[in-house]
Amino acid sequence: MSKHPAFVAWEEKVLKKTLERTPERVKEFKTASGIPVERLAIPETPDEKYLSEIGFPGQYPFTRGVQPTMYRGRFWTMRQYAGYWTAEESNKRYRYLLEQGTTGLSVAFDLPTQIGYDSDHPMSRGEVGNVGVAVDTLLDMESLFTGIPLDKVSTSMTINAPASVLLAMYVAVGEKQGVSRDRLTGTIQNDILKEYIARGTYIFPPRPSLRLTTDIFEWCSKEVPQFNTISISGYHIREAGSTAVQEIAFTLANGCAYVQAAIHAGLDVDAFAPRLTFFFNASSDILEEVAKFRAARRLWAKLMKERFHAKKPASQMLRFHTQTSGSSLTAQQVDNNIVRVTLQALAAVLGGTQSLHTNSRDEALTLPTEDAARVALRTQQIIAYESGVCNTVDPLGGSYYIESLTDRIEREAFELIEKIDHAGGMIAAIESGLVQRQIEEAAFEYQQQIDTGERVIVGVNRFQEQETALPSVFRVNKTTEENQIRKLAEIRAKRDNQKVKKTLARLEEASREKDNVMPFILEAVREYASLGEMCDVLRKVFGVYDEKKGR
Amino acid sequence: MADKVGRMEIRQQRGRILIGKLGLDGHDRGAKIIARSLCNDGFEVIYTGIRRTPEEIASAAIQEDVDAIGLSLLSGAHNELIPALLDALRQAKGGDIPVIIGGVIPREDVPHLKKAGIREVFTSGTPIQTILDAFRKITGEHRQNKHTTS
Repeated sequence: MSKHPAFVAWEEKVLKKTLERTPERVKEFKTASGIPVERLAIPETPDEKYLSEIGFPGQYPFTRGVQPTMYRGRFWTMRQYAGYWTAEESNKRYRYLLEQGTTGLSVAFDLPTQIGYDSDHPMSRGEVGNVGVAVDTLLDMESLFTGIPLDKVSTSMTINAPASVLLAMYVAVGEKQGVSRDRLTGTIQNDILKEYIARGTYIFPPRPSLRLTTDIFEWCSKEVPQFNTISISGYHIREAGSTAVQEIAFTLANGCAYVQAAIHAGLDVDAFAPRLTFFFNASSDILEEVAKFRAARRLWAKLMKERFHAKKPASQMLRFHTQTSGSSLTAQQVDNNIVRVTLQALAAVLGGTQSLHTNSRDEALTLPTEDAARVALRTQQIIAYESGVCNTVDPLGGSYYIESLTDRIEREAFELIEKIDHAGGMIAAIESGLVQRQIEEAAFEYQQQIDTGERVIVGVNRFQEQETALPSVFRVNKTTEENQIRKLAEIRAKRDNQKVKKTLARLEEASREKDNVMPFILEAVREYASLGEMCDVLRKVFGVYDEKKGR
Repeated sequence: MADKVGRMEIRQQRGRILIGKLGLDGHDRGAKIIARSLCNDGFEVIYTGIRRTPEEIASAAIQEDVDAIGLSLLSGAHNELIPALLDALRQAKGGDIPVIIGGVIPREDVPHLKKAGIREVFTSGTPIQTILDAFRKITGEHRQNKHTTS
């Protein structure tokens, strides 16, 4: 039987180039019992619908994946989110994770850092170093990456409202290590819109925040071209209780708002769009999740091509990170969570994720202990090396059920995006509370299903057990806060405060004008101005967001 | 109309509750579900929104003359912020207002929190009905005491 011409064209135009650049992991892939594994299984006679809607991996509309060989070339990046206490302690954990086979760093910042407060701010009480590492000045960032060459790792930073400051600090650490900017790789989350919807670490109102986002897009496209400038996140929207369709719809609608804002600011879509990335949730309903990831890829490709006229394939590609669902973990019978995480991680891999964080079994009770974090990483390694699902591209593609569910999720998500368009776009829909209300509604309904027993959660509303053993708990050292405050006082005494004042005044001026703020933030960072000092300047100019007023 | 009157009467019977997010974490899914469930159960609910300090919670509780406080914390700051809240309440002469907390709270912390004065601690997986029952009980007691002392 001869190959379909479209298949031949894909092999010659897309696959060949990739194989030349990155050969596959092994010469010949075989099943556990020795049967050869096809790289990409397709229908014998692909029809029109197959060719236009499902197509080939690495090619528009990317339903089957963004790379032509997917995990036959390289596994996803195993990227475990971690960070706690001080920069020195976190640095130790990163080095440990790298030794254990983690392939990319993912920095968790504490809440004061995420909200732009220094460790000595009254609002920071009890929170310093708690859910992540405390970073006040460049000094902390230097300690965080001691002995970790920035040209050898890619670093993802979960930072949103003050993303520009942390990015500038990262660039400054690179400068000190002698690593040029164009060799820095990684991602800043920088997705402020979902903070108003779900995660809550906003500082400024939506409109000036979007200007900061656009400034980052512009500056990075010239200065740090390999850095992903945003990770548009559905993860937290889902965690807040949304459905899978809402997760995709609201996330892609946020994506559209960023693209629109950047185009409005005069940027060329093909200059910044290739650096946009996404971040999704993986829940336990495996088949729905797989369909969701595939639908998201196809819908984004269409939006970028049709709505924003992006021409480069890289601008149309939805690349994404996945984290397993934290809210699905139970405080009861915690070991069961290992199984939940496994199912969810498998869904992410079958859905074609580019990187993955697997949660630890104890996260409904505590910050993850080292032991639990290790099992979480091993879960990914078992899927990668033992399960065999990585040896063929998009293994579930073509299943009647998966394809029809993919179509349906795409259709429903698109309808929801159109509703948001009609409501005046995402910013207006956030300001009016429309999006938040829809999520609350879904969350409430889900909870009711659990309470009535209609939805079974093993160990929670069925198959309960009396438990007496106390699981071990990860504790943040009480002295962290004091130490961090002392360190900040020392640097304030040691730095050139005249220079700091001058750079902060220049930052204020730039933020009042239309100048790109990034060079001014970098200047202040280099003088060891603190995160809180810089954010205070921006607060003064931009104001702060009020949840109750919605602006 | 009759339905509406009936509802108001229940509200007056059940009492007023302040639901708040203490500390900096923005995870408000649980707090909002509890607030809504309490409302549906006939309580009057005041929801503070996220990022409240112990002092803000205490002063809102006094100002609104609530019969109970329900707080959600998921960041691990409870061991520091809960004692601070209880202090702030006492200083504002609201030391008698019962407090229930929920969120990510290690089981081994529960005895200390209860000893400090927290009435109940609910972690992930608790049925809503259990939480409603607890609020019914403590608000009922609190209103009884208020009645006898005044």
